[in-house]
Amino acid sequence: MAARLPGEVTAVAPHPSDGAPAASVRRLTRRFGDRTVLDQLDLEIGRGEFVALLGRSGSGKSTLLRALAGLDDDVEGGLTVDGSVAVAFQEPRLVPWKRVRANLTLGLAVPDADKKADAALAEVGLAERAGAWPLTLSGGEAQRASLARALVREPGLLLLDEPFSALDALTRITIHRLVLDLWAAHRPAVLLVTHDVDEALLLADRVLVLDGGRIAHEAAITTPRPRHRDHPGLVSLRSALLAALGVSPEGTP
Amino acid sequence: MSVLELGTAVRADPRPDARPQHRRLPGRSWQRWISPLALVAAWQIASSTGLLPTRLLAAPSTIAATAVDLAGDGTLPTAIAVSLQRVLAGFAAGAVAGLGLALVAGLGRAGENAVDPIMQMLRALPFFGLIPLFILWFGIGEAPKVLLVALAVSFPLYLNTFAGIRGVDGKLAELARTLKLTRAQLIRHIVLPGALPQMLVGLRQSLGVAWLALIVAEQVNASAGLGYMINDAREFLRTDVIVVGLLVYSALGLLTDAVVRLLERRALTWRRDFLAR
Repeated sequence: MAARLPGEVTAVAPHPSDGAPAASVRRLTRRFGDRTVLDQLDLEIGRGEFVALLGRSGSGKSTLLRALAGLDDDVEGGLTVDGSVAVAFQEPRLVPWKRVRANLTLGLAVPDADKKADAALAEVGLAERAGAWPLTLSGGEAQRASLARALVREPGLLLLDEPFSALDALTRITIHRLVLDLWAAHRPAVLLVTHDVDEALLLADRVLVLDGGRIAHEAAITTPRPRHRDHPGLVSLRSALLAALGVSPEGTP
Repeated sequence: MSVLELGTAVRADPRPDARPQHRRLPGRSWQRWISPLALVAAWQIASSTGLLPTRLLAAPSTIAATAVDLAGDGTLPTAIAVSLQRVLAGFAAGAVAGLGLALVAGLGRAGENAVDPIMQMLRALPFFGLIPLFILWFGIGEAPKVLLVALAVSFPLYLNTFAGIRGVDGKLAELARTLKLTRAQLIRHIVLPGALPQMLVGLRQSLGVAWLALIVAEQVNASAGLGYMINDAREFLRTDVIVVGLLVYSALGLLTDAVVRLLERRALTWRRDFLAR
């Protein structure tokens, strides 16, 4: 079986990758008052690698993502990102007074920004909504626009902060496929922060569990995509990850 | 029958946005005219029978005739032109000051510390009470009138624009950081458009208070304008002229309000579409 199994969920080891990693985090620490949320955390994300970051709420998932996004000035430690970073937030954060296309080109200092924006919108299936006001979009459309806004920047590292958690189940399935297609086409490194173990298993090359301010567990997933949640390798890994998150597997007390 | 249809419609169309429509029933709108017209009729009857003496309040028919006369002999257009000029000059000066100070206070902590305490102190002053000082400082010409309007206008604009800037969603500011916007881009694309709805509220308030300030200012030593016309009419117990002047004031107030509404509709289309859904 391709996926590594429960006992083999290991502590961090440098991840093999070609050339410089897309992101490299060394001994990253973040304190809020006397609470240490990230404690000398080490992490490397390879170029084009799809990493999912799991963790209980309050485990510091979002803190790590914000640090990588450059939104946190109070972190200590080393943090290098190769290439540009783009973020898709949990709420789509479209600027309501800018039409969809203008949301994509906001701060985009490249020639033919409008053309690039239209191409990105076409890729996420929103070509005909380019002139719409964001408040008229459905939840799924808004999240797709947010993805397009991140991708049009051609990032080396794409940060996804639970962007699918507010969507209904059907829309989420569609968007999962879309994200995989976009990732395959553009090959950015992806860090997906999520609390959904199944989502991580379906999408990622590698799953990390954040606990106690560090990467406590890590597992590579080599099951070929598209994956089905009932794949035997994924089933056992799911139990292992749930256990790592402090949830006892179904059917056991 | 209709109840049955309603029931099936609900079952067939369970969307949450299928709200009941509040359509005004035909025949309702004219009913709203009955009581105002009755009031005017009673007023006319009271005046005609001598129950309401002209020195207290002229009859509606007299007022209408006077309005036509004043408009015809040029008195009213001249007075309106003078008053409108005062309001526009005062409004322009007050708007520049109010908006400028709001930007200084809104866009930086240092600016806020410098400007806001002073504005909060001045706001507490009853500005109509400043008229005696203004007369001492600026005489009895146009300056004190225009400045009083400017002062009245600047505060609602300042307070609302400042609040609007500070009320801009912090998540959008964070987004701007991830999009690598410069500070100038942040102000232009996020902060100012975000503050616009609240600023327009301030604009409407300030235009309302501009007319009020003008009326008060024109009661003092004016030799032209609507206020002068009204004051002059008082000397001769011309209640008809006074009422015409008051009606013109309110018409001008409604007109400027309509202009702002139009402005709002054009500037906030992104919100109107949402609300219309």
